Amino acid sequence: MTVWHIVLLASIAVLALKLVGFAVPAAWAEKPTATRLANLLTVALLSALVVVQTFGSSRGFEVDARLPAVAVAAVLFALRVPFILVIIAAALVAATIRAFT
Amino acid sequence: MTATKRTRSPDITAAIRSSFAVGLAVAAYGISFGALAVAAGLDVWQTCVLSLLMFSGGSQFALVGVLATGGASAGGAAIASAVLLGTRNSLYALRVAPMIGPGVLKRLLAGHWTIDETTAVSTAQPTLASQRAGFWWTGVIIYVGWNLTTLLGALIGDQLGDVSQYGLDAAAAAAFLGLLWPRLKQLQPVVVAVGAAVVAAVLMPILPAGVPVLAAALVAVVVGLTNVFGTRESDIAEAEPDPMGER
Repeated sequence: MTVWHIVLLASIAVLALKLVGFAVPAAWAEKPTATRLANLLTVALLSALVVVQTFGSSRGFEVDARLPAVAVAAVLFALRVPFILVIIAAALVAATIRAFT
Repeated sequence: MTATKRTRSPDITAAIRSSFAVGLAVAAYGISFGALAVAAGLDVWQTCVLSLLMFSGGSQFALVGVLATGGASAGGAAIASAVLLGTRNSLYALRVAPMIGPGVLKRLLAGHWTIDETTAVSTAQPTLASQRAGFWWTGVIIYVGWNLTTLLGALIGDQLGDVSQYGLDAAAAAAFLGLLWPRLKQLQPVVVAVGAAVVAAVLMPILPAGVPVLAAALVAVVVGLTNVFGTRESDIAEAEPDPMGER
């Protein structure tokens, strides 16, 4: 699979999922289990992605400058700082630590 | 076209105002997506196709996040992560569809633009007309803005070279945290988030890139089907998507 295959397959699948919601009966939206599953699935995947992106490396698991950067980001999100500023702050923390170590 | 139709009601004006507030805030972080996608090994065109065609922030970040650690050989897991994150859009579409009305082309476009933010803004409006206004204004602002900032971010990322030097890998982790944060308002999602994080951390050293993320999704399936740590009230409250721009 080339990167183009991955990009196109994933895009079409995600788009199809949106359109499916327009094609099925609206009564499905009332099912609490379906709603709960979709919301929790989103939470689980995002949480796992935070971990993988923070500690992932070619050797599997590694603690480096990303951890303090993510910790700073968590504090800023808790303080309701806008998304884009938090992202920049996280990058700056990691870049600064790497510049001096 | 009568004079009464041209005059905007206060409801519609309010809907358009929240569309701009949410839309502009969200569109701004397309820059981080563009830069991260290029850092993950995508070219500028592939990055732009994702924003044009997939157009769902969480799924896009997930796809490039898995590709960043696993490369093209992790393609299957990358696609699966993006698709699983995209399932919530199906549920949003169920709620948005009745306010869009008939017309195949209109429904196709509305389907494409059914994301966290358009759903959140439209469902928060009191009347059908203001719901429609909220949906379409938020949709057009984010679609245009997100694609322009994606291109800008991709071009900037293209010039950067070694990305870890600039902390872009840490920025990606922070981006996922930012998408997760507004969803952690009740006990049940917090339990799922912690469980999924532990599962991913434990499995990372032993499984190929991308697979630990998919395994962590099982935590949501188990908790979601048994509804442990949940209440009936939380079912209703959790169904409300949180607009990123609200923060």
